[in-house]
Amino acid sequence: MSDERTPASDQDILAEIQAEVAHDLEEERPPSGGPTYQVIGALVALVVGIGGAVLSYGYGMGSLRQPGAGMWPFVVSVAIALMAAALLVVGRGLNDSEKFTRSSVLPAVGLVTFIVLAMLMPVIGFEIPSLLLCVVWLRFLGGETWRSTIITAGATVAAFYFLFLYGLRIPLPHLF
Amino acid sequence: MDVNAFLDGFALVTEPQNLLYCLIGVLIGMLIGVLPGLGPAATIAILLPITYSIDPVSAIIMLAGIYYGAQYGGTITSVLLRLPGEASSVVTVFDGFALAKQGKAGTALGIAAIGSFVGATVSILGLTLVAPLIAGWALNFGDPEYAALALLGVLLVATIGNGNKLKAMIAAALGLLLATVGRDSFTGAERFTFGSLQLTEGIDFVVVAMGLFGVGEILYNLEERHGKPHVPAVVTNIWPSRKDIKQSSGAIGRGSLIGFVLGVLPGGGAVMSSLAAYAAEKRISKHPERFGRGAIEGVAAPETANNAAATSSFIPLLTLGIPANASMAMLFGALLILGISPGPQLVEERPDLFWGVINSMYIGNLILLILSIPLVGVFVRILRVRPAILAPITALITILGVYTINNSTFDIFVMIVFGLIGYLMKKIGFEPGPMVLAFVLGSIVENGFRRSMLIFDGDPTGFFTRPISGTILAAFVLVALWPVAKSILARRKAATVAPAPTERDDVDTPTR
Repeated sequence: MSDERTPASDQDILAEIQAEVAHDLEEERPPSGGPTYQVIGALVALVVGIGGAVLSYGYGMGSLRQPGAGMWPFVVSVAIALMAAALLVVGRGLNDSEKFTRSSVLPAVGLVTFIVLAMLMPVIGFEIPSLLLCVVWLRFLGGETWRSTIITAGATVAAFYFLFLYGLRIPLPHLF
Repeated sequence: MDVNAFLDGFALVTEPQNLLYCLIGVLIGMLIGVLPGLGPAATIAILLPITYSIDPVSAIIMLAGIYYGAQYGGTITSVLLRLPGEASSVVTVFDGFALAKQGKAGTALGIAAIGSFVGATVSILGLTLVAPLIAGWALNFGDPEYAALALLGVLLVATIGNGNKLKAMIAAALGLLLATVGRDSFTGAERFTFGSLQLTEGIDFVVVAMGLFGVGEILYNLEERHGKPHVPAVVTNIWPSRKDIKQSSGAIGRGSLIGFVLGVLPGGGAVMSSLAAYAAEKRISKHPERFGRGAIEGVAAPETANNAAATSSFIPLLTLGIPANASMAMLFGALLILGISPGPQLVEERPDLFWGVINSMYIGNLILLILSIPLVGVFVRILRVRPAILAPITALITILGVYTINNSTFDIFVMIVFGLIGYLMKKIGFEPGPMVLAFVLGSIVENGFRRSMLIFDGDPTGFFTRPISGTILAAFVLVALWPVAKSILARRKAATVAPAPTERDDVDTPTR
């Protein structure tokens, strides 16, 4: 908004600083994924838009006087599809994506520990799965020593046990 | 302004319980500001479940404290590590780190803390005076105005700030679509539920926010943060000299104003205003070449402005019910959880909450000033805590927290799915912020649109013939078409002025 009101010379300073900031951040970022990533992103949005439009058409459009359940989602879906199509055309050269690298395995493992915790918690309580999650994250994802892993994991789970069950009195499923 | 309600607000804030939550909030805010990684929006998202178990006013005071506290903390890493803890402190890096290299890290931090306090206090005073007026004016708003305003809010948040604007608008539209999942409140028809009973009630905002912001950022950080040792510079002599204060007083004054004004605009907020304030100082300086080489104004201006903006961005939330940025969207969600719909009626219906939250900022900022000058050494030591130790703790808070909302493991899985979506969005260059914001505002826009169509008897031009909604929608069109117009103008300019300045084109294309 600010650049709408300021004369051109001020805009240059602001743009310059923005470019400098972007450049500064760029150094920290992993390599960009290239056109393939952009095309995939745009295609996913396109599919969601088209799918959403088809489904919402089925919910009933109603009339302008009495809009049906489907009209609003239909309008939004069409907008998504149109913008995604535009992105497919103009967005191929963008470099704001990040390549999946070998270290992308880390979040994948992290995600699996989330799922395991969610599945085990109702069955055997939160303590053991939480301890496991901490150990995996500290030792294998974080590269901590075993000593630090055991101390941190134990202390964390104990703290959560007392915080949730006694401090906040929230009935988490628990074993002990 | 109702002076009694204002004073009652102070009485409420000084209750020990509220003081304690205010202190906890600003401490957490300062901490996450110091630690690169989780931002304020993600932290508030992760802590949303706590609003179910504590007093509403205390909860909002605490969550608000996280937001403005983070602006103070972000400075410390910018100056000492050349690593902005928060996006709004990115520009502080240039001069802050240069000062640190000259052994003046303490001065930079001291001036930043004073500027932050002044900026925030000026902004709270503005908030105190302006907010009730705006709320009173907006009481006349009807459905068409709200639909238009919410739509403009979504668009502004999507188009201002970094990143590709088309992508941000797609993300926002996806958020609007996501908000329609569940039973339609007008016709009772089920939309996008695919036969799932749990989805009939719609997707819980907290679960979406915790997934997209919380889990998404946790996963993303897991990948990004290998082997970056934190060795902060030595900090001595925090108290700035009289000369330093004199030199930066102008910058602090201007920063306060710039921050206050830009913070009110949706999508403006702390990041934008810190850049604008820095640019303004560089422009009016007699020696612009000093900037980037350790000019104290280059620290004072953006740090003042980002705090002023963080404070004034509460105005649209508390008076219109329109969150101006992602963190405000989180607070909006927290209020909804508490059964309070933010909007112009808030000041009349819940003066305790309205004035309690605003007045807590006076005290919160005082606490922050005290924390950040004498206790800066403690926070510098926190920088030595390895991120690997904190990651599993935040992960556990998130999972256990989302479970406690409804005692439901289904919610954990929904959150994980959104976490994965948030992570993938970041990888392919879509910001999740506009999506969450649009999701929050989705039902306001849709319900407003549908009720308006009933009022207008099916004539959509009604939106444009009512003065306020017409003006808002005209602004919407202007904002939407501005980037296109700008690039056409630039191209025309490039064609007439030879040789073609290709560099300018680069700056104009909306890439990061």
